[in-house]
Amino acid sequence: MLIASLTDGLLLGFVYGIAAMGLSLIWGVMDVINLSHGPIIALGMFGIYLAFTGLGWNPYLSLLLVAAVGLLLGIMIYGAAVHRVINAPHLSTLLATFAVNMIIIGIGTAVFSTSPRNVDFSLGSFSLGSITLLWTRVAAALAAVLVTALLYLFLYRTRLGKSIRAVANNRAAAELMGIPASWVLAFSFGLGTMLAAISGGLIATFFPFTILAGGSYELKSFVICVLGGLGNPLGALIGGLILGGLEGIIPTFMETTWVPVLEFILFVIILLVKPSGLLGGET
Amino acid sequence: MKPWRNPGLWLVLTLTVAISLWPLVAANKAYSREVTFTILKAVALASSLNILLGYTGYVSFGHIVFFGLGGYVGFYLMSVHNAPLYVAVPAGALVSGLLAFLLGKAILRLRGAYFALATIGINEAARAFIKNFEPFGGPIGMSLKFKVYKSYGGPEQALWIAFASLAALTVAVLLVSFLVKTSRFGLGLMAIRENEDAAEVMGVITPNAKTWAYVLSAVFPGMVGVLFFFKNGNIEPPDAFNLHQSIETIVMVMLGGYGTVLGPLLGSAIYQRLRGLLLVSPLFKNIQLAVAGVLLLLIILFVPAGVVGWLRSRFPRLRRVLE
Repeated sequence: MLIASLTDGLLLGFVYGIAAMGLSLIWGVMDVINLSHGPIIALGMFGIYLAFTGLGWNPYLSLLLVAAVGLLLGIMIYGAAVHRVINAPHLSTLLATFAVNMIIIGIGTAVFSTSPRNVDFSLGSFSLGSITLLWTRVAAALAAVLVTALLYLFLYRTRLGKSIRAVANNRAAAELMGIPASWVLAFSFGLGTMLAAISGGLIATFFPFTILAGGSYELKSFVICVLGGLGNPLGALIGGLILGGLEGIIPTFMETTWVPVLEFILFVIILLVKPSGLLGGET
Repeated sequence: MKPWRNPGLWLVLTLTVAISLWPLVAANKAYSREVTFTILKAVALASSLNILLGYTGYVSFGHIVFFGLGGYVGFYLMSVHNAPLYVAVPAGALVSGLLAFLLGKAILRLRGAYFALATIGINEAARAFIKNFEPFGGPIGMSLKFKVYKSYGGPEQALWIAFASLAALTVAVLLVSFLVKTSRFGLGLMAIRENEDAAEVMGVITPNAKTWAYVLSAVFPGMVGVLFFFKNGNIEPPDAFNLHQSIETIVMVMLGGYGTVLGPLLGSAIYQRLRGLLLVSPLFKNIQLAVAGVLLLLIILFVPAGVVGWLRSRFPRLRRVLE
């Protein structure tokens, strides 16, 4: 019982990790807390839903399309809402991204209404000793690992990825070296929203959702980012596993409704004791 | 200058009193009382948030926690222990102030975005906790029995009492906001906003100043919460700890102009009227949230100082009147 729910939680944790990684990447590169993260996760869910229910496409193939659209959408959001206030105090970027959140939720509610949807897709399940696992969850976890590996290859092996790291490290110096910082920032924002959209798409393959569902995953992403250290993509994946594991273990000895209480108390305590995150360096 | 000789103070107070008196002269008294109640509630929340956000420069997404917690405590006293309103309101203030004091000691050490994140966490933790807390009714919440209103002379009378109390409270918030801004304490807060380290070097005892600013900004939403849920007659966790409402309050402060006394008043009034118009307009009804979002984005990008800030920099003569 314990092992079964722990495994379930950990598999889910990989997907949480992807969502948090997007938030963490944007924070690390440009010091912006992206409050439009949740609605983008929801849009990812609806992307898969529309592709599967409307066009009958395989969810894992449509994930590629969702990722591409997420990337473009992120670049557009950066250009429209973030670029002008990138050097302003935190309040401005928080509110600018929140305005984007309101716009997406507003239009999304008008178009899709808030009734719950689900992607009626199943790959069956398999048993491993005493535990039974759903293939969709395993596939989602594998996809999450693949995405993380690709992200690391991109950041460390390609010229654009290296530019992103240079801009994150010191924007002024990077500009002096001839890196077009504005484009790099826009692209990083796009990558961050792409990760959000992918995680939304993966979640849609096993949980029902509404257009407002992104909010709770956004909050989870905050918790995970703080666990793993803001601005640290690999930390986000590990933070996701910790949170997923907790969500698996806690319900075995307490009522499920207490899970968020413990999550957020943990979140505040870590912020207080070690704001750089469990895996972060010096404060 | 003595505070009562400042025209800026009189402008703010006159506006508030004028808004509060409107239901007395309006044609449809009950309807206009409800509309005005919403506006006054927004003004009180925004002005109290402004003490922390505008003067001290700390972004809090958890302002509504105090509204919810104060509301819950006051409501609990009224529904379970039959306490009268004049006991419940101070009790709400006391508990909110106490929570802010304890939280302030802990999380005000965090700066910038980390503080903002912690306040989101606190809001969610509070809502999740109350959902599981049986004495407060758990996920269902509580509701007032109809006979409670009898001791106030019937429900109609009770609604007017709640309204009048809120109006008085709003005037008090604005007065406190003005006094803080013109005091030595307020000067210390604004020094913290501009540069916390420099303020500390200059002799502002920053931990204490920040904590008291936080407590002061928390006491008022606690009282507003009691009045609001007394008027409503029932209380539920999603209504009491609505993160969205916290953010709307920030929007109102920004719209009017943060760090000014008049700004939150104007911002809330404009925002609430606008929201009301969008909600009833057939064209925008479905996408009112998106329209509000576009507006917010335009303000942030092009008029970051808000209405009052823009007027002050555009027309320097107005600076004497617009505090």
